Amino acid sequence: MQTNQLLAMFSGVLLLLGLIAFFLGRAKAARVRASGTAMYAQPDQYAWFAVLATAGPAITVGAIGAFLMLLLGAEIPTLYLLAGSLVIAAIGLLVGVSQVKPDFHARQAIERVIRWVLVAAAMISIFTTFGILFSIIFEALRFFKMHSFWDFITGTVWNPGASFLAAAGRAEAGATGAQFGSVPLFAGTFMITAIAMLVAIPVGLLSAIYMAEFAPSRVRTLAKPTLEVLAGIPTVVYGFFAAITVAPLIVDLAGFLGIDAAYNNAVAPGVVMGIMIIPFISSLSDDVINAVPDSMRQGSLALGMTKGETIRDVVIPAALPGIISASLLAVSRALGETMIVVMAAGMRPNLTANPFEDMTTVTVRIVAALTGDLEFESAETLSAFALGLVLFAVTLSLNLVSVLMIRRFREKYRVNNL
Amino acid sequence: MNMQAAPRQTLGAAPEVGQPHTRNEAACHDLSIRVRDLKLWYGESQALKGLNIDLFQKNVTALIGPSGCGKSTFLRCLNRMNDLIPSVRVEGLVEMDGHDVNQTKMDEVALRRRVGMVFQKPNPFPKSIYENIAYAPRMHDLVSRKPEQDELVEKALRDAGLWEEVKDKLHQPGTSLSGGQQQRLCIARAIAVQPDVILMDEPTSALDPISTATIEDLMDRLKEQFTIITVTHNMQQAARVADYTAFFHLGEIIEYNDTKTMFANPATKKAEDYITGRYG
Amino acid sequence: MSHTFDDISAQLKRRHRRSARLKWISMGALGLAGLFLVLFFADMLVKGLPAFQQAQIQVEIDYNEDAQRMGRAALDPDESRLVSRTFERLIPVELRENPELLGTTETRWVLADSEVDQYLKGHRHKLSDDQQATVDALVEQGRAALKFNTNFFTTGDSKMPEASGILSAVMGTVMTMLVTLAISFPIGVMTAVYLEEFAPDNRLTQLIEININNLAAIPSILFGLLGLAIFINFFGVPRSTPLVGGMTLALMTLPVIIIATRTALRSVPDSIRHAAFGVGCSRWQVVRDHVLPLAMPGIMTGSIIGLAQAMGETAPLIIVGMVAFIPDVGASFTEAATVLPAQIFTWAGEPEKAFVEKTAGGILVLLAILIFLNASAVILRKKFERRW
Repeated sequence: MQTNQLLAMFSGVLLLLGLIAFFLGRAKAARVRASGTAMYAQPDQYAWFAVLATAGPAITVGAIGAFLMLLLGAEIPTLYLLAGSLVIAAIGLLVGVSQVKPDFHARQAIERVIRWVLVAAAMISIFTTFGILFSIIFEALRFFKMHSFWDFITGTVWNPGASFLAAAGRAEAGATGAQFGSVPLFAGTFMITAIAMLVAIPVGLLSAIYMAEFAPSRVRTLAKPTLEVLAGIPTVVYGFFAAITVAPLIVDLAGFLGIDAAYNNAVAPGVVMGIMIIPFISSLSDDVINAVPDSMRQGSLALGMTKGETIRDVVIPAALPGIISASLLAVSRALGETMIVVMAAGMRPNLTANPFEDMTTVTVRIVAALTGDLEFESAETLSAFALGLVLFAVTLSLNLVSVLMIRRFREKYRVNNL
Repeated sequence: MNMQAAPRQTLGAAPEVGQPHTRNEAACHDLSIRVRDLKLWYGESQALKGLNIDLFQKNVTALIGPSGCGKSTFLRCLNRMNDLIPSVRVEGLVEMDGHDVNQTKMDEVALRRRVGMVFQKPNPFPKSIYENIAYAPRMHDLVSRKPEQDELVEKALRDAGLWEEVKDKLHQPGTSLSGGQQQRLCIARAIAVQPDVILMDEPTSALDPISTATIEDLMDRLKEQFTIITVTHNMQQAARVADYTAFFHLGEIIEYNDTKTMFANPATKKAEDYITGRYG
Repeated sequence: MSHTFDDISAQLKRRHRRSARLKWISMGALGLAGLFLVLFFADMLVKGLPAFQQAQIQVEIDYNEDAQRMGRAALDPDESRLVSRTFERLIPVELRENPELLGTTETRWVLADSEVDQYLKGHRHKLSDDQQATVDALVEQGRAALKFNTNFFTTGDSKMPEASGILSAVMGTVMTMLVTLAISFPIGVMTAVYLEEFAPDNRLTQLIEININNLAAIPSILFGLLGLAIFINFFGVPRSTPLVGGMTLALMTLPVIIIATRTALRSVPDSIRHAAFGVGCSRWQVVRDHVLPLAMPGIMTGSIIGLAQAMGETAPLIIVGMVAFIPDVGASFTEAATVLPAQIFTWAGEPEKAFVEKTAGGILVLLAILIFLNASAVILRKKFERRW
């Protein structure tokens, strides 16, 4: 609470100093100008420069101090830090106002600062990526200190068991049962992804073919945004739909065919995920098919090919890099999808090829590991980061390959809107 | 030339409808395509205003005229490529082999199988050189076995004068060839289907002079087997390769004549002005 | 060598059939996708619309001595089991606050138990035959009925289905979105302005661009891991709060806003920039006074779409703990809160059948908000779209 009051006071004083700087700067600039001297910049620009000179260094010093405290655990009393910053602000004010001189380029100085602020904003996206990467790697390494990487990658039994006891200082009780073999999780993930792709790729691609090649333009302008609604529905809603509506349907259907299906089978989340992904494939494929030059189609039609043959043998092969790229993006999407599987797939790591059995996925285990009231230091919690690391690596490579393929397509046909 | 040229129509009696003004005695005169009163609209605007012309077999007929005069549109009427544009409406007779090709019961796919086309810009398929040629004959059941197919590909490439250049790289993509080679590949692709007529829509306008000369030679040889109808901007080209030349202006055929006569002694004032470069 | 039209047409019949088949199959695929959409919305409406109605019963409340300790004593013993327990618990509280009520009676419509609600809606229920008879009699007398469920919109979560509502989740969503927008909008726009208007074409710029495209495709759950490891564990931001949830979602929304803003900036023709440079503007003045105002509709549209996306996101919020049970409406950015999708997730996991309806009801509210947001983005684009 005391820190909050200190911060409020600091902000108040800084604001006051800023205002003083603004009016002093402007008054001085106006005075100089009134005396008939030609100046490089407008009075307001001088005023803003004075404000920047006051607040900029002070805030920077404060932020660096706060960062040092967090990062290195340096003990700087908050009061001294803020007071120091205010002193710097006062010095900045004096310097800023003294710089109000006819031969000083206030506007250029301000714009240099603005440019650096913009650069800093642009760097945040890079920090985000590195933040994700380092936070995951750092915690995953802690996990791999407890359990070997090799066992993690090749083990076929995932049984965190009582591993949380180890963190609670009762290692001998917990160490025995815990096993972290991720193979069944990845098997489950790939099974559900495969089912999703079996739904999404044919439906999405054929829809794109219809929209791009056959549909009258009115149908096309209506169909495309309608399909995109499917991608805008929150995944938690799909999860509910999969668990409450589709799963019982699949069980009944399987029972009708004489197959025993679990309620949290892999088919229901797979199919629903496939539905969700349809527009990812159809929209991008539609764009790519439209980007195939018309001269290709005409060349084929002029040889006496039917429209269907032209599409199958000329248009689709020409658009193939784009279609593959769309499919890879869709796969990456399906691998990382969380809510549908958390709500509709099983919790039990199960290494099986039968899609009607319950099985679990990487993302389900990540959620399960991080939502319990477990000690953060426990192996199970940290295993979530190890799984996240693998997920990151796989989706990152899929995305990069996809970007490269679409770039090749773009260069081949010189289209820019993809 | 003489600015007060006398009206040329007096040179001879007006020819029969659709017939050339002067006959080229060296040329073949078996009828290939008969066109009568052909009109075409793009939406509201009329692009062809009642064309009459008899096109002869195993000839090169050149269509010349200023841009926007309807010569490309006319060419695309002959294999119904205009069907691809939704707003187009066609009236009149285009008769080939006793069939009116504009009738709905006429299958435009069958028509295009007999009336091939080569486009302004080479447009090879994204396939290998071999597949570019073998694809259509295979779909048309012209070949059934692999050796037959190889033979046909070789023949088409030889006819197109491309065989020596590509025989060692038949399985490289068609797009890896140079512009002129690509255009000859497209011609080989068209003749592999064994059509009766080949339409060429400014086939050399995107090419360098040497490639252009190669393709002109090729047209000269191909007319022994095929009826060739070519649109060109280049009047020297028309003069070099064509047996007959038709001059289009604002959607009408102003003059249809033996090429030599057309360029030496045109029958109409408009054609003369165009040929001598007074407009175009 | 030449073929007649008749030869060719005979062979073409088969090929035309195959071509037509492709047309019908592809049309069928589009139809199938459309059918999924229709089925989905129909299913949600059928399941969720009943949530907007709730059974109420008219009861006589007898504020007697016993009711001071046990609310149930104030009600007719037969009817008391049909009334929501949340109401029973309120009676002693009422008496404590207004002692003068003691000894009086009052007739009032009160919330019925969720089993009565399910029975009246014709769903599966656990009422005994006697209880069913009582309810039927009450309906006959006009003392039990389904009424519009205002409770659903005015209360927070509850362990009892009949008393639970979405207000706390909606407020949590609003606060989380405020944080998200406050962070991602300025940073996103500044990044886009830098990349489009200022950045030299060097390695760093390319790195930033690749990185932004890649961020847009990273699974959302990994952002949750980032939020947990960096924001909560490292910076000590309080868990489960709109602040940490909003910060996490802001990073996810950032690429959407950046990409939309860049598209909008790129669509402003260079002639505008040249004209502004021509009258002596500096680069920053050109951007601030000419390019940004013209690009604003596009930027707004993109931001609304990004916001709608963030609003439906659940996975990263679960990881940063925003699935807590929150019965009261939070008042601060640093208090535990939940959001609509997380509330839906929580309800979907409840064992009582009556929560299925609540879940679907919450889904309908969420979908309505998202449709509203996206529709306003479309309208904004239509209204201000300018072709150069």
